Amino acid sequence: MEKLEHELWIVQAVNAAFGPMAAALLRALGRPVPHGHVIPDYLVMAALIVVAWAVLCLIARRSFSVENPGKLQIMLEDGVAALQSMLADYVGHKGPRYLAIVGTMFVFILSGNLMGLIPGLKSPTSNINVTLGCALTVAVYYHIQGVKEQGLGHYLKHFAAPPGAPIFLAPIMLPIELISHLSRVLSLSLRLFGNIFGEDLVILILFSIVPFIVPVPMMFLGLITAALQAFIFVLLTTIYLGGAVATEHEQHEHSEMVAGAV
Amino acid sequence: MSRKFFVFGMMALLGVAFASPLHAQEAAPAAATTVVAQWSIITAGFALAFAAAFGALGQAKGLSAAVEGIARNPSAAGEIRGNLILGLVLIESLVIYVLLIALILFFVKPF
Repeated sequence: MEKLEHELWIVQAVNAAFGPMAAALLRALGRPVPHGHVIPDYLVMAALIVVAWAVLCLIARRSFSVENPGKLQIMLEDGVAALQSMLADYVGHKGPRYLAIVGTMFVFILSGNLMGLIPGLKSPTSNINVTLGCALTVAVYYHIQGVKEQGLGHYLKHFAAPPGAPIFLAPIMLPIELISHLSRVLSLSLRLFGNIFGEDLVILILFSIVPFIVPVPMMFLGLITAALQAFIFVLLTTIYLGGAVATEHEQHEHSEMVAGAV
Repeated sequence: MSRKFFVFGMMALLGVAFASPLHAQEAAPAAATTVVAQWSIITAGFALAFAAAFGALGQAKGLSAAVEGIARNPSAAGEIRGNLILGLVLIESLVIYVLLIALILFFVKPF
């Protein structure tokens, strides 16, 4: 598997610049220093996304105006409005409060997925460490928001007795709920990783058989997969958030939808 | 027009002719494959085939019902579409799990 892909020049450059520093840091922390590149591909790519978006937004911010919006501004505003309406649909009236994490996740995962189609770059999301990081962030965040919104005791209570379930079912409901909440992390990370990694692998294999025209339909499919998987990750994040922060009387309308969403 | 196609076809032929890394790799000496390794490859292929077949059946059922629902009541299209995508994703993720297991059997070889 390691030998299928060639070295990326940007990874080499970053490692030439920051590799010794990272190695020294690892040694200071008492961790083993890996052979070859000290900073792996996916970390370089993830950092590239962060830097690129920060620069893009700083540049775009200068041209923003209320009276005379440019094309880029209208596009970004439409994106933000779409996310806000999705949050309002699934979380309710306090949904737009969570725009920050949902929007960040969407932007990061979408650009991460699309990066794999550009020669010289690699999808950070085709590495399970990155997707697991995203899924764990979402899981920790929605638990924290649930506790914040409902109070610790009340939040823990509806693991044992979800609204609508009688209290004597608690010994059965508690393990089921715990497993379902833990498996959300698993399914979020594995779904994204499997889709993007599988897509990249198919394109790679087709390229090594016929490197002309034949991989193009697959790459087009990759475009759709990238957008769809980013949207799905964000949609599930929103649904989990909605399930966690919904108070008692709002719970009923969401419970059916959330129950199946592992 | 035909000249354009000719140039195109020659380029395609060149592309095919110059690229055969996979065929080149076949000449490499096969690693000592145990019976377990052989069977695991067969199993991975069949597992993926079954997962794709039944996952597609399930998705087709949901999709046909959703399209029918939209045809009967076009005003509910938005809501139906949202639930459809959610359902398709949850079905699809099971197929993806099998894909991951197949990839693990192919590349990680945990035996």
